[in-house]
Amino acid sequence: MTPAIKVWSLHLLVLALLFAAQFVLPPYHATNLARIMVLAVFAMGYNIAFGYTGLLSLGHALFFAAGMYAMGLSAWHLDAQAWPALIAGLIAGGAIAGAVGLLALRAVGVSFMIVTLMFAQAGYLTLLYLNSWTGGDEGFVIAQNARVLSGFDMATDTPRFVAAFVLFAVGLLACLWLVRSPFGRVMIAMRENEERSRMLGYSPFHVKLTALVLSGVYAGAAGAAYGMLFGYVGATFATIQYSILPMLYVLLGGAGTVLGPFLGALIMFYLIDITSAYTDAYFFVVGAALVGLVLFAPQGILGALRERVLKWLP
Amino acid sequence: MTQKHIGLAPSRRAVLKAAGAGLLTAGFAAPVWSQAAPVKLGFQLHRTGIGAAYGRWYERTAQAALKVVNDAGGINGRPVEIVFEDDGTDPKRGAEVVEKLTRQHNCDLIFGPLFSHVVIGSAPRAAELKVPYLVCSEGFHVAGGMLNRWTMQPGITDVRAQVSSMAPWVLANLGKKVAMVFPDYAFGHDHRDFFSAAVEAGGGQVIAQIAVPPTETSFTRYLPQIPNDTEVLYHVMVGPAVLTFVKELGEFYGTGARPEIFGFIDSLEAVDLASPGLAFLEGTHFWEGHCRNQQADASEFETAYRAAVGVDANGASVSDAKDVSTYAHMFSVWETLHIIKAGMEASGYQGAADRQRFVEAVEAMTDMPESLAHVQGKKLFNGKTHQVFGHQFISKVEGGKLIKVHTTSIEDSLYPDAVDYTTQSF
Amino acid sequence: MSFGPFLLLAVLEGTVMAAVLALTAVGLSLVFGVMRVVNVAHGEFYMLGAVLAWFVTYYLPFPPLLAWMAALIIAPVLVAAVAALTDVLVLKRLKYNPEATIMATIGLLYMLQQAALTVYGPDARPVVAPFEWRIQLPWFGYSGYKLFVVVAAILVLMAVWWVMTRTKAGLIMRATQVDRDTAQTFGINVNRVYAGTFAFGGALAAVAAVLIVPIQQAHYLMGHDPLLLSFIVVIIGGLGSIRGTLVAAVIIGLSDGIISMFFSPTLAKIIATLLVALVLVFRPQGLFGAKA
Repeated sequence: MTPAIKVWSLHLLVLALLFAAQFVLPPYHATNLARIMVLAVFAMGYNIAFGYTGLLSLGHALFFAAGMYAMGLSAWHLDAQAWPALIAGLIAGGAIAGAVGLLALRAVGVSFMIVTLMFAQAGYLTLLYLNSWTGGDEGFVIAQNARVLSGFDMATDTPRFVAAFVLFAVGLLACLWLVRSPFGRVMIAMRENEERSRMLGYSPFHVKLTALVLSGVYAGAAGAAYGMLFGYVGATFATIQYSILPMLYVLLGGAGTVLGPFLGALIMFYLIDITSAYTDAYFFVVGAALVGLVLFAPQGILGALRERVLKWLP
Repeated sequence: MTQKHIGLAPSRRAVLKAAGAGLLTAGFAAPVWSQAAPVKLGFQLHRTGIGAAYGRWYERTAQAALKVVNDAGGINGRPVEIVFEDDGTDPKRGAEVVEKLTRQHNCDLIFGPLFSHVVIGSAPRAAELKVPYLVCSEGFHVAGGMLNRWTMQPGITDVRAQVSSMAPWVLANLGKKVAMVFPDYAFGHDHRDFFSAAVEAGGGQVIAQIAVPPTETSFTRYLPQIPNDTEVLYHVMVGPAVLTFVKELGEFYGTGARPEIFGFIDSLEAVDLASPGLAFLEGTHFWEGHCRNQQADASEFETAYRAAVGVDANGASVSDAKDVSTYAHMFSVWETLHIIKAGMEASGYQGAADRQRFVEAVEAMTDMPESLAHVQGKKLFNGKTHQVFGHQFISKVEGGKLIKVHTTSIEDSLYPDAVDYTTQSF
Repeated sequence: MSFGPFLLLAVLEGTVMAAVLALTAVGLSLVFGVMRVVNVAHGEFYMLGAVLAWFVTYYLPFPPLLAWMAALIIAPVLVAAVAALTDVLVLKRLKYNPEATIMATIGLLYMLQQAALTVYGPDARPVVAPFEWRIQLPWFGYSGYKLFVVVAAILVLMAVWWVMTRTKAGLIMRATQVDRDTAQTFGINVNRVYAGTFAFGGALAAVAAVLIVPIQQAHYLMGHDPLLLSFIVVIIGGLGSIRGTLVAAVIIGLSDGIISMFFSPTLAKIIATLLVALVLVFRPQGLFGAKA
């Protein structure tokens, strides 16, 4: 088998298994899986910026929330239908990421992290400030008729699972295609050695900005989908916690691997779900996981696997 | 200085107790019921996160109510158990907890959340799962029509009813020119909008509305915005910084002239009135959903409730006088559990298939006389808006204790229906 | 309230806020200056200091003044120990890589917060001030303790300045800051300097907390705001510059009160946050810091 065939068949196999899972899993876990797939899209977006391009952002909650609120507010105030609302979310995620990138990419390293953190914090405060328009901290419920996508009601389990699956599948395959494309290799080159890439004639600013916008589109799509599939939009999704979560997923699954974000989201979700039954200290688990990963396994699960066994893993 | 051991041990124990709650109640408390499957109630609990101070007491109240209900024969002759799940006071986790309680623990219904954003974030999922969701949240979002047929608030009155029923007394007894200080988010805005409207309607005037951002930790610089001709200062604050706010208010006025002060007890919920810096509150007034200090005319039911939950006459834990409860709100958990019992018995509830009949049975409720089930007092339930109405108490601080000086009538708290949930489909 | 007293109060509050900002930010600034590490858990060290102060003042059978003074010694020592341990067990192994240390300290933030919730509980608890003294002016009353915080802040900052410029430890820290490798070749044990600096930063956060907690409350989530505020101050003042931090604290403290008089306070916070981002983008050395 050539590596290309191996790669594509592995990812298609994963998708097939995920699709089949809804028929096998108990309903509780099926809905969880739908949530995880949407969150994994968010994490995939984070991975494009951090894992492949080396942009360590602490502000992705802003892009996620931009998508969620663009979807929710257009449904609420403009009576937008589901598709236009979703697409508004996707565009908003990319546009905000582009706007932040234009400024933040002038800073590097630690400064970039803090600039993105501050923009996200300002975004969160703005949601609170415009509370008569955004519902402030309480948030709002998405009306039933705005949750009907091409005739399928997202408030019911099977269409919701399928919608989450389709979003995830498109996101995954697009990501796979991207990182294997010439542009994907330039992104990785930026991460590995910016100076050398510059000398080869690539503009670091443009490459990073493009990666950040793509990352924002993923985050925005995930935010819009999360709001639509689960019927609620609220300002907590714009807090710093939602900037840290995708980072955690990506680190756990493996930064710079296509399937890593999903694996990380899956493990982290169930880690919290299961530990919360035994202790109220599940945030301790989250913190310890983060410290442990940074210390002992900075390349994450799939990263470690790639290093030792599966050298062809994208 | 004489200080005693604070309630770390009890809270630790409560955590352990919660972990094994289902086991204990089902396994040991009621051996006579060995053949009947228990009724399983899910409790969405703020055990961690910003609501944790309330969550701790909501859990204790739920345990106490559970014992009372089980000792009296359970529901429809079946034993009752409660499954507690922590929502971290987070809407996303809240919706997941609704899912978990319904589909993994197979609970018959869910109750207990306080914070509005958790309620609003979880209610859509409850409706999709067609599981009754009984909230204890005070917010206007239920009666305001934002939620759905499966979400009800039968155990506590909403902010709109609370403030509009008290405004006439405030205007008549404290003054006509009111300055308001409130947190700059939804809960505070409900206060701002509905209290201002009630003041205008009563011939008074709101001369200043001072919004404080919820993240603020220091308040003195907001206080000069209180106009000099203010007759009544109305304050409501929530969150960990509340005590700072009240202390700084005291420092600001000091021994000088000050307006009458009318506060929502939320500003001091779970805080000891004997804390340093609070002496200036002497002579000021508070709204209380339920009187923290045991009153001279306390009903036998209220006394029994206090004993059952383990709260002394000052509203603190019987095992630690410094561990002050969230007394003004936590009765809602007790009453909600009793309404669940009444609703399940009225609908002949057998299992998940009867959930719709349970909701209809609660919607059919109207008068709720004062009893062991309704320890806070008589109530009136509006099945159309899914909201209960009841008495409110105004207390005055005298000798460091909150002494009730006025009880509002239920009629004063009524307002036109904003929604009719009974016309919505299940 | 008429304008004169109003202004007086605004200035008083602004000064107190500047003191609080400077106290909380100085440790963060020091750690960044010497180690180039952004300690996201700085706010949690502050929280830990406040919670420890509560435990000490509550359980020690001393009068308030003595109990508080005991807290002022015990809390910073314990927090410094936690910080030193963090440095040895985590940061050193990460070779002080700036990005990895940020992620690790985020993890530490969650762990400390949760530990405080489990051990200390969810309530906000007051710590008794070492003395009760209220100043009654004709127009309003004011807490004497708050003025004490201002004096204490000045003393603490002077002490830090003295340590950094007049002692051997400070000299070693500055040498390590300027050139780590050269310092090493001159026989300075860089590992010990780093552990010491991180511990010192943690101790400063705890000192700030013990000083400030009597005018606030000890609560397990209280570290969040000081962290953001410290970031703002440290960045505007110039990362790693103690003098810049001080200047920024005074300016932000004094202007914040006035800005939030004219705008909504939430809007003032939005503006401050965006300003920080823009300062970092366009003047990474800070508004008041010297070039590099």
